[in-house]
Amino acid sequence: MKLKTALLGAAASLALAPMAYADGHEGERGRDGELKIIYWQAPSILNPYLSGGTKEIEAASLVIEPLGRYDETGALIPYLAEEIPTVGNGGVSEDLTQITWKLKEGLVWSDGSPVTSADVKFTADYCMNPEGGCAQGAKFDGVTDVSVVDDLTVTVTFDKPTPNPYGPFMGGQSPIIQAAQFADCLGAKAPECTDANFMPIGTGPFVVTEFRTNDVWTGVANENYRDASKPAFASLTFKGGGDATASGRAVLETGEFDYAWNLQLAPDVIASMAEAGVGTPVSAFGTLVERLEMNLTNPSADLAEGVRSTVAEPHPFLSDIAVRTALSMAIDRELLVEVGYGQAGRPTCNLVPGPAIYASDNDACLTQDIAGANAMLDAAGWVDSDGDGVRDKDGVALRILYQTSTNAVRQDFQALIKEWWSEIGVETELRNIDASVFFGGDPGSPDTFQKFYADVEMYANNFDGTDPQAYLAAYRCGNEPKPDSQWQGENINRFCDPAYDAMIDELATTADLDRRGEIARAMNDMLTKDSMTIVPLVDRGRVSAHANTLGGVILNTWDSELWNVADWYRTGN
Amino acid sequence: MTDQSVDTAVEELTKPRNQWLDVWDQFKTHKGAVVGLGFLIFITLFCAIGPFVWDVDPGKLDIRNKDVRPIYMAIFDGDAKTSWARPMGTDHLGRDIMANTMQGGRISLAVGWTAMILAVLIGTLVGVFAGYFKRLDGLLMRFTDLVLSLPILPLLLVMMLLFRDPLRAAFGPEQGIFILIVTGIGITSWMQTARIVRGDVMAIKEREFVLAARSIGTPARRMITRHLLPNVMSPIMVSATLGLATAIITESALSFLGLGFPSDFPTWGKILFDSVDRMTAFPERVIWPGLAISLTVLSVNYIGDGLRDALDPRIRGQ
Repeated sequence: MKLKTALLGAAASLALAPMAYADGHEGERGRDGELKIIYWQAPSILNPYLSGGTKEIEAASLVIEPLGRYDETGALIPYLAEEIPTVGNGGVSEDLTQITWKLKEGLVWSDGSPVTSADVKFTADYCMNPEGGCAQGAKFDGVTDVSVVDDLTVTVTFDKPTPNPYGPFMGGQSPIIQAAQFADCLGAKAPECTDANFMPIGTGPFVVTEFRTNDVWTGVANENYRDASKPAFASLTFKGGGDATASGRAVLETGEFDYAWNLQLAPDVIASMAEAGVGTPVSAFGTLVERLEMNLTNPSADLAEGVRSTVAEPHPFLSDIAVRTALSMAIDRELLVEVGYGQAGRPTCNLVPGPAIYASDNDACLTQDIAGANAMLDAAGWVDSDGDGVRDKDGVALRILYQTSTNAVRQDFQALIKEWWSEIGVETELRNIDASVFFGGDPGSPDTFQKFYADVEMYANNFDGTDPQAYLAAYRCGNEPKPDSQWQGENINRFCDPAYDAMIDELATTADLDRRGEIARAMNDMLTKDSMTIVPLVDRGRVSAHANTLGGVILNTWDSELWNVADWYRTGN
Repeated sequence: MTDQSVDTAVEELTKPRNQWLDVWDQFKTHKGAVVGLGFLIFITLFCAIGPFVWDVDPGKLDIRNKDVRPIYMAIFDGDAKTSWARPMGTDHLGRDIMANTMQGGRISLAVGWTAMILAVLIGTLVGVFAGYFKRLDGLLMRFTDLVLSLPILPLLLVMMLLFRDPLRAAFGPEQGIFILIVTGIGITSWMQTARIVRGDVMAIKEREFVLAARSIGTPARRMITRHLLPNVMSPIMVSATLGLATAIITESALSFLGLGFPSDFPTWGKILFDSVDRMTAFPERVIWPGLAISLTVLSVNYIGDGLRDALDPRIRGQ
C-alpha cells in the first residue's frame, strides 16, 4: 500500500509539475539560486582536449561550447554556429571535402572579448599540434587545413570526400577554446597551463570560480551569456567522487543534490531509491544493443581446426532462415527487459536503434509468438521424428550451444531464452565464459566471441558517435574472423551478401542525410528482420536522476548529458 | 560377595566384543561428532530423497511467481509475498529455491565425496610407497612438493580450456564438467594425505612388530596391507573428512567464480553466486545455501575429530 501511494504521488507530481510551472520558468538570469550536480567520477581537468574521460567532457560542457551539438534524437543543432552546414545550404562542398562554418554574430567570451573565427582555427591548431597528444585527435582525423575566411567564417578541408564532416567542432568532445587564453599552451606545453586547463574562459552558461581537481568545483552564471534570461541559476556546485549508489541516494532519497549522472545500478535498487519521492530517475537510449548472434558457419568440434566456424562449412541448421526466425519469434523481449534492465532498457528489433533518422521502424519481433514459431518450424520440415522432444530433419537435431560472458543478467537471459526455446522443440546447452577471456580476443583461446565455437552467442555492442557507417560496414563479406586474420574481424556472424556490400559502398559516398538514413535503415533490416542473422533483444540505455524541483532536464546520450543546462530551472516546490 | 563372582562369571562367558563396537562407543562420547553425523545423514537424505518427495523441477521458470519470500517471513511481515506451494520461496526468475537447494546439494555432495575418495586414494598410495620404499621416497616427495606448489584455480582454468570439449563430446555437458571438476580437485588435494601417511609409515616401519614380520619373510605387499595400512587408518580417515570439506568448498569457489558447471545447473556455490546481487533485499537466498555449505563442512570436520579419537586404541576407553 505504502509503495503504491508513493508511486502514485510520484506519477502525479511528474504529470502535474510541467503543467503548473510550464510558464513559470522564464525570467531574469540567476533567479533560481544554486544548482548542485553530482558525478560519481570526479573531473580532474576542465579541458576535454587533454582528457578523454566522459566526466571531464561533461563537466567542461558547462563552461566551453562547440559550434554545434547533437540533441536528444541525435539530430544536429547549432550552438555557436549560425546554422549547421549541409550540402543543401552550401555549407558543405559538392565533392564532400570542405565544410564552412559561420559563427553567430555578437558572441562574446565570458571575459567580454568577442568570439572570432581565429578562436575556431586556434582550437584546431591546439588539438592537431604534432608535439602534444590531443585526447580528441580522432575528431580531427583527415583534416588537412582549417582556414579563416573572415571574422565569423572558417573552412575545414579534408583529405578525401567525407560524407560525415561533423567531426571537428561538433559535440561535447570538441568545444571551442579561447585563443588568447591558450596561446602559450600549444603542443608540449599544453599540460603546464594549469590555470587555463582548470578555469577555461568559455561561452557556456557558467564561469569557473574555483576548481579543486578530482573533488569539487564551483561556478557562477556567465554574465555575458548570449541569452539574457539564461541560465536560471546564479551559482553552481559540481561535486565529483563517491559511487553510483551514493550519488543516487543524494538525489533520489536525501535531496542534497539536484542532478546525478549515470546511475549504473540494478533496476530494483533505483526503484527503491525513487520511492522516497524526492527525485526522478530519467533514462535515454544510445546505440548499445544486447543481441543474439547466429553463427552461419559450422562450429562442430568434429571439424578440423581451421575449418571449424569458418565460411568453409555452413551451419547444419542455423543456415535455414526458418530456424533463425523461429528462434527470434519465441523470445519475449518485454520480459527480458523487465528482468534485466528495468528503466535502463527497452525491447528492440534493430541493430541500429538510433539516432532517429537511422532507426528502422522494424518492430515485428516485439510480440512473442510461440505458436507461430512452432508452425514455422513444422512448415520448414523440422519435426520431432524420433520422439525425444527435439525437432530434427535429415538426422540433424536442433541442439544449440548458447554462450555468453559471465554476468548475472546475461545468465538470467540465458535461462529464460532456454526455456522459450524448449517450448518450440529446441534443446539448448548453456555456457558462460569469463568476460576477460570471452572479449579478450586471444587467437589461442577457443572461447573468444570472435572464434564463435558455439551456435548462438549473446553480448552487447554499440558504435561511437551518431554515424553508423563504420558499424554497418563491419558485416562485409570477408571481414569475418578467420584463421588467416588471426581470428580478428568484426563480421561475427560470417554474414555475406553482395547486395549488402553494394550498400556499404553507396553509404560511404552519400552525403545527403535523408538518403544516408534510408540506406542505413535498409542495411539494418537486411541484417535483422530480413535475414535474422542478428537477433537484437534489448536497447540498453543510461539512467540519470534529477530532483523533482529541477525542470528542463532532457537526457541526451549523443552529447554531454549537461548539453542544455542553460535551459534548466527550479520548479519551485 | 557371591554377587560379585556371578558377575565376573557372566562377563567371562560373553563373546569378546567386536572392535568396531568399541570404536562406536568411543565415537558416541564425542557429542560434536554425533551431532555432525546426524546432520550429515540428514542433509544427504534431504538431497538424495528430497527431490522424490518434493517433485518440482528446479530449472522450471515461473516468472509470475518470482521473488516469493520463504514462508516464515509471513510471521514478521504480513504483506510479504509468501506461498505454501513455495515454502522456501522462489528466486528472481521464479525458480523454486527448495528444489534448487536439493538439486544443488546433490551435485555439491557428489563432487565432495568423489573428489575426496580420489584424493585419499592417490594420497595413501603415494604416502605408503614413499614411506615404505626408500628408493621411491625422494622422487615421490619431490613430486608432491611440485604438485603442492601448483595454484589450483589457474590450473583448473587451464584444464577447463584443454579438456572441456573432448569430455563434453564423450560424456555430455554436465557429466563432462563433473568429471573435470572432480578430477581437478582430486588430483590437486592429495598431497597433505600423502605427507601424513608417509610420516606415519616411516615411524611404524621401525617398530619391533614390523621387524618381526619381516624376519619371518613377509613380502612387501602383505606387509603394507596387513601391518602398515591398519595402523595409519586413523590419519587417513581424518584427512578424508577434511578432504571432503575442502572439495565442497573448492567446488563452491569455482561455481562462485562462474567457472564450474553451466549456469542452468545448480550447485550450492552457484546458488550463492547468483544471489549475492540481491543479498540485502532477499537475505534468505544466500543464508540457506551458505548455511548448508558451512554446516556440512563443519559436521564433517567434527566427524573427523570424533573418528580420530575413536580409532586410536590408546585414547579409546579412557
